[in-house]
Amino acid sequence: MLNAVLVITTLAVAFGLLLGLAARWFPLRQDPVVARIDALLPQTQCAQCGFPGCRPYAEAIAAERADINQCPPGGEATVQALAELLGREPKPLNPDHGSHKPPAVAFIDEPRCIGCTLCIQACPVDAILGAARQMHTVISAECTGCALCLPPCPVDCIELRPLAPTPATWRWPHPEHPATPA
Amino acid sequence: MREYALILVGTVLVNNFVLVRFLGLCPFMGVSRKLETALGMGLATTFVLTLSAVCAHLLEHYLLAPLDLQYLRIIAFILVIAGVVQFTELAVRSTSPLLYRMLGIFLPLITSNCAVLGVALLNVQADHGLLGSALYGLGAALGFTLVLILFAALRERIQAADVPTCFRGAPIGLITAGLMSLAFMGFTGLVRG
Repeated sequence: MLNAVLVITTLAVAFGLLLGLAARWFPLRQDPVVARIDALLPQTQCAQCGFPGCRPYAEAIAAERADINQCPPGGEATVQALAELLGREPKPLNPDHGSHKPPAVAFIDEPRCIGCTLCIQACPVDAILGAARQMHTVISAECTGCALCLPPCPVDCIELRPLAPTPATWRWPHPEHPATPA
Repeated sequence: MREYALILVGTVLVNNFVLVRFLGLCPFMGVSRKLETALGMGLATTFVLTLSAVCAHLLEHYLLAPLDLQYLRIIAFILVIAGVVQFTELAVRSTSPLLYRMLGIFLPLITSNCAVLGVALLNVQADHGLLGSALYGLGAALGFTLVLILFAALRERIQAADVPTCFRGAPIGLITAGLMSLAFMGFTGLVRG
């Protein structure tokens, strides 16, 4: 009886230790810069930077395959933060990738929705709920306002509505960052 | 040598784990919609099955049997399998991010694949040696992969076929699996045992 308890406990502790050590030793080989760049990006997964999502863009920045000014949703503030992290000169947002817009969420005009599920497949963050031939709706709390659901909609029933500031999201306005030091 | 070859052929074709022993049916039905995912699942399972068969063999022969604790076999094996799967996931993530992204969710899902526990227990029952256990695990995994890929290819074709409405989706999948199982019965007698 005691043997059995001891054996199972020892096994569990041994595997726990092994996994704990492995978790500690293995991720060290990963590039920590990518994770830190990724943390500064807005995670809209909107692909306006030309990469499929925020993490691939972070990997491209770390590998110096992409510039730091390709993220319109993040705007100047993200460029500034990335420049500080990487010790580079901040530069104005590249207009080729779009301009900074105030935060917005997608809104589906439900009576016009035909339930085609095309927007669900386009959504990078799974924020649209619905099924084939059923009305779809947007989970506002999950929506990043990336606008990727707008082009596939065959009846144009999706629109972006600016997000009204609530007491939880309101911030003091940023002091203006000059893009280049004067 | 002949014995090991027999184990391999026996587990891949004659006593195929999915179609003859009916183990690991959930991933067989669940991940066989696309050929790519089937291949990913097969790769991940091959890796884990071989490794966990060896670990379970070592555990049985060097810990459980000397202490006369064979009744703890199932829970100890489950512990080993879960540990091995987690460790594999960590190792793959750090050594090969590409492979990690390819396998994705399938790696942790293998923990609940009953074929993994089945191989460990059947190894003890058949009294295989260390190499025998490893080959038995490898053979079972290869058989699983083979059947999974065949089934995925079949299902991709069925998607385009003119199936009666009431049979569409899972029912025709199950019927196909049944027919495949019948076909695999044809291998009985290829190898004895």
